[in-house]
Amino acid sequence: MSSSVETLVNREYKYGFVTDIESDVAPKGLSEDTVRFISARKGEPAWLLEWRLKAYRGWVKMTEPHDWPNVRYTPIDYQSISYFSAPRTTKPLGSLDEADPKLLETYEKLGIPLSEQKILAGVAVDAIFDSVSVGTTYKAKLAEQGITFCSFGEAVQEHPELVKKYLGSVVPASDNFFAALNAAVFSDGSFVYVPKGVRCPMELSTYFRINTANTGQFERTLIIADEGAYVSYLEGCTAPKRDENQLHAAVVELVALEGAAIKYSTVQNWYAGDEEGRGGIYNFVTKRGKCVGPRSKISWTQVETGSAITWKYPSVILQGDDSVGEFYSVAVVNGHQQADTGTKMIHMGKNTRSTIVSKGISAGQGQNSYRGLVKVLPKAAGARNYTQCDSMLIGNRCGAHTFPYIDVQNPTASTEHEASTSKIGEDQIFYLKQRGLNTENAISMIVNGFCKEVFQELPMEFAVEAQKLLGISLEGSVG
Amino acid sequence: MLQIKDLRAAAGDKEILRGINLTVNPGEVHAVMGPNGSGKSTLAQVLAGHPAYRVTGGSVSYLEQDLLDMEPEERAQLGVFLAFQYPVEIPGVTNAYFLRAAYNEIRKARGLEEVDSMDFIDLLEEKLRVVEWGPEIMSRAVNSGFSGGEKKRNEILQLAVLEPKLAILDETDSGLDIDALRIVAGGVNKLRARDRSFVVVTHYQRLLNYIVPDHVHVLSNGRIAMSGGKDLALELEARGYEWVESAAEAVA
Repeated sequence: MSSSVETLVNREYKYGFVTDIESDVAPKGLSEDTVRFISARKGEPAWLLEWRLKAYRGWVKMTEPHDWPNVRYTPIDYQSISYFSAPRTTKPLGSLDEADPKLLETYEKLGIPLSEQKILAGVAVDAIFDSVSVGTTYKAKLAEQGITFCSFGEAVQEHPELVKKYLGSVVPASDNFFAALNAAVFSDGSFVYVPKGVRCPMELSTYFRINTANTGQFERTLIIADEGAYVSYLEGCTAPKRDENQLHAAVVELVALEGAAIKYSTVQNWYAGDEEGRGGIYNFVTKRGKCVGPRSKISWTQVETGSAITWKYPSVILQGDDSVGEFYSVAVVNGHQQADTGTKMIHMGKNTRSTIVSKGISAGQGQNSYRGLVKVLPKAAGARNYTQCDSMLIGNRCGAHTFPYIDVQNPTASTEHEASTSKIGEDQIFYLKQRGLNTENAISMIVNGFCKEVFQELPMEFAVEAQKLLGISLEGSVG
Repeated sequence: MLQIKDLRAAAGDKEILRGINLTVNPGEVHAVMGPNGSGKSTLAQVLAGHPAYRVTGGSVSYLEQDLLDMEPEERAQLGVFLAFQYPVEIPGVTNAYFLRAAYNEIRKARGLEEVDSMDFIDLLEEKLRVVEWGPEIMSRAVNSGFSGGEKKRNEILQLAVLEPKLAILDETDSGLDIDALRIVAGGVNKLRARDRSFVVVTHYQRLLNYIVPDHVHVLSNGRIAMSGGKDLALELEARGYEWVESAAEAVA
């Protein structure tokens, strides 16, 4: 039984190819000059360069966190990484009509066609390749409704006032070691602004691809939903197979003004390393949203199946009264993967509500940790939180760990925490086999059922991809 | 339909079945009785292919094929159904989805087209009547939070949907109150058919008042110690298993 389980979870990584394209790669190493180089390359205004340099100077004084996260790795040599890589092409970047065919082919191979005729109806895509955006689809159509969806670099040029106002307003440059690093050297990412009262008519999505060896990817995403606006945003990621570890240190900031709602979904499938644990992405990401206005809502849904190490805590600061924060997560580890992931719900406003549903699946020798903070500040009268934290173990060599932190400073608040640990048992599999399902389908069904509450939060196309990722046959799997 | 010859099986180092011989013809209902530890549940599990048991000897032929050589799902696809003594919970998977998946796997294996959810709902409506259930049970997760009686009823519902050729009921009566027993047994009786055989494993005669068997076998110590007609069950009820065991010893 266990051998078939392992074959299933150790299916080959389909996205491990390398695109053969010449790239401009910055020399390895990190210094103020590197920061200046990136900023100059992107033609940034002086204020942004200053912001980066300040972040860099702060970062130099910080130390890589090894004490509290439940993950083990050799400290990263930041001087051996290149901080900028852009495909060298005579064609202009950012325009899909004129983009290098090799780049378009890459996304085609990943299942993300970038031509608007072929693309999944109703999804606009920003494609990030190493440090730059290859292009953004449906830009013009979105602009008709006043929605801005573009690469971060473009936003700096075209909407400097918005960038200046909100950059770092949720995740300050000094927030943590990796956020500071990102603030210093971030290259590209996506930018979204949905104006007052506009409901974004399609899913917006960014597809991140790391291609070049020995580079890090440091993208930065900023999404602003103005009063009464709504947007649903999806993020996907893959990288080639390599024996070295590669660093992905991103920052995502979400801002929801009064009555606005942002739904942010991730299917993370970075290369996880081989069976011996060689290679794979270090996914050290800071994601945070701020419900600035009353009655605003931010919802995170993540399906984390890739990366050698995942370290991320998509969080919500519930500042506006009656605002709502949600976190739905499936984290899968197998092989030698390690994940330390969870969320922070910071209740500041009155009657703020948060929901946390975390599903951890551990197989192989994977180690999966849920780490969550529910904090209710003194003014958050009537705040409520519900946390559900379930772990599933497959095999005997993996681990599941839970680190919940609850800090309530208002007597009228209520928090609830439920946790469970289960093991896919021989009896469960046998039961399904006795009803005619083979082992693979049996495990799929069990795992799928376990993750149901999270999958049903995903937009349809993503739910489908997520289920595939877990080795689940598509066949009517939303039951 | 089913020929079991000198079947021996062990769990770990412990031999539990020590030479079972049993022939079941189409349409027959065989009751397998016996005291705790006599091997009757093991027999049911071995026929279904539970990996915890190791077959150490003998043969089982089912529809002229070597049953022991097949994976559990192949057996199921060929019409072997085990109603579990302890049905397993599958959280998050609805009964409807689970049943349709199983139904379609079995259809696929028989070269039939899969049915979509709309057609399946129609089929279910009819099957639900077998166990006197309403449709609300279909949106609940498989056996999750079901009472003991509901779990057993759910097994019979699955039996009704999957239409096996050989249904093995493993202590389906255990833990049932009298009303649930009536419904479950009533369901089984509705499903009796000329081309469908039943092996009913039970500790108590009680169930056999409802499901009247053609043959009764009494297991003792991993062997069939006594076989007879339906009256044997009544005699057992009156005289207790000790009687069979001492009789078996006398023969040995």
